[in-house]
Amino acid sequence: MAKIILNFQIIDNKQINKDFFILDLLADTSLPEIFPGQFVQVRIEDSPGTFLRRPFSVHDIDPSNNTIKLLIQIAGNGTRALSKMKKDSFLNIILPLGNSFSIPPKNEKALLVGGGCGIAPLMYLAKYLKSNSCEFEILMGFRNKDRIIEYEEYSKLAKVYLTTEDGSEGEKGFVTNHSILLKNRYNRIYCCGPDSMMKAVAEYSHINKIHCEVSLENLMACGIGVCLCCVVNTINGNVCSCTEGPVFNINNLKW
Amino acid sequence: MVNLGINIGQLHFKNPVITASGTFGYGSEFADFFDVNRLGGIILKGTTLEPREGNPYPRMAETSSGMLNTVGLQNKGVDYFERNIYPLVSAFNTNVIVNVNGNCIEEYVELAKRINNLERISAIELNISCPNVKMGGMVFGTNPDSAREVTRAVRAVYNKSLIVKLSPNVTNIVDFAKIAEEEGADSVSLINTLLGMAIDIDTLKPSLSTVTGGLSGPAIKPVALRMVWQVAKAVRIPVIGIGGIMNADDAIEFILAGASAIQIGTASFIDPQASVKVLEGIERFLLNRGFSDISELIGYVNRK
Repeated sequence: MAKIILNFQIIDNKQINKDFFILDLLADTSLPEIFPGQFVQVRIEDSPGTFLRRPFSVHDIDPSNNTIKLLIQIAGNGTRALSKMKKDSFLNIILPLGNSFSIPPKNEKALLVGGGCGIAPLMYLAKYLKSNSCEFEILMGFRNKDRIIEYEEYSKLAKVYLTTEDGSEGEKGFVTNHSILLKNRYNRIYCCGPDSMMKAVAEYSHINKIHCEVSLENLMACGIGVCLCCVVNTINGNVCSCTEGPVFNINNLKW
Repeated sequence: MVNLGINIGQLHFKNPVITASGTFGYGSEFADFFDVNRLGGIILKGTTLEPREGNPYPRMAETSSGMLNTVGLQNKGVDYFERNIYPLVSAFNTNVIVNVNGNCIEEYVELAKRINNLERISAIELNISCPNVKMGGMVFGTNPDSAREVTRAVRAVYNKSLIVKLSPNVTNIVDFAKIAEEEGADSVSLINTLLGMAIDIDTLKPSLSTVTGGLSGPAIKPVALRMVWQVAKAVRIPVIGIGGIMNADDAIEFILAGASAIQIGTASFIDPQASVKVLEGIERFLLNRGFSDISELIGYVNRK
């Protein structure tokens, strides 16, 4: 799939809580084909100190209207500047980048596991799975009740299970503590979240012999496989997570 | 029409815009974004005799107007290069240059011999300035005796254009440029990255796995420009300017300071089309200012 550089108009910039916002972006030409799990590199022009592009997974996409959505956590100067960008201003974006999640065979049941901003790529994945008539459920973990985002949106697509670390909503603990993992049997797990969470989910999947894919969020400069900064240690040595990933089968990772 | 062509050693470049090693992969990564053949040349990712895994993650830290990296010359070695990469890069219709690295002089020599046999490789860039490897690299480029020794040894076995890439992490870079010239190098390219460091105050730890790394980007441009200016006045061989060039204006500064050609490095990470935009900008500048040949600009500030 050819990568292209496009200018997007911000048609909406919606703060969803103190830390998160969603950019709704309209491309100035037709979108290339984008698959769930792929990411984009956004140039942030008016932010002193932000030199490199910022990678974000595609949260949602509407190919018929040439729009994409990015769910972004304010994590530093670059993302803060993005959160303040005005409607109708423009962003220069390279896309589509990286590989994508696999699509499960029809008889399998999948679980989508997301933590914090790691839920970002799961919206498009969920919609994609639904349009392919795949059976799936969603498990999301947050620090506490106030940090929960996008619960209603995901609930429209599938059954959503929740954990919070303090027990203020859903079950108390981490996603791997949720009772659903003892009750239900899944054939395939897709996971994106903090490293510690992905490692715990990978371990659970490994022990229970479940196909598991994780989406990594390594620091990167270029996003196109030339700076070699975003490497992850795999059974095939160091590989770029921007081109060989961001989605990896856990069996290939040396965790 | 303006003439953008320049010569380095016996090698002709159709224009002075070259992409810097380690920022342009093997060229094909940019095929989606522009016709790579428009460039004067491309310098491929640093290559070693044996495969190298490079340094552990994290390898990158963003800094004010720049970035630190500690990739550590990750590459699959020259055997793989000959088998899998050389056939692909041979199809380019521009100068293809290999950046050559080693742990010791014997490795540099052996690798240079191997590259010498590859017809479509126009030149080598001898990397004696990588700051991110324990042995070799900058160890050679910051000691005058070893810089001389490795340049001499490689010159003896390599008969096409030899470019020596200099480290800025020295007291006087001019001394090293003169050594390269005395030992028969056709050109010097400068600067490689400046040794730097960053600390993550959230984790209370260094941002890079190797603690220190190489600083690149516009943050280093004034330092690079000063060094290019100093070196260009001191040697007769052509100088290739590198360091924080983000646009044509930056490139023109380097050319005015005495660079016969320039390399686009970190800018390609931010805009994959940066190099070709620089090329277009240089051409436009010459036209707008009534110059007919790039040579009229080279070292302009040094003329009496």
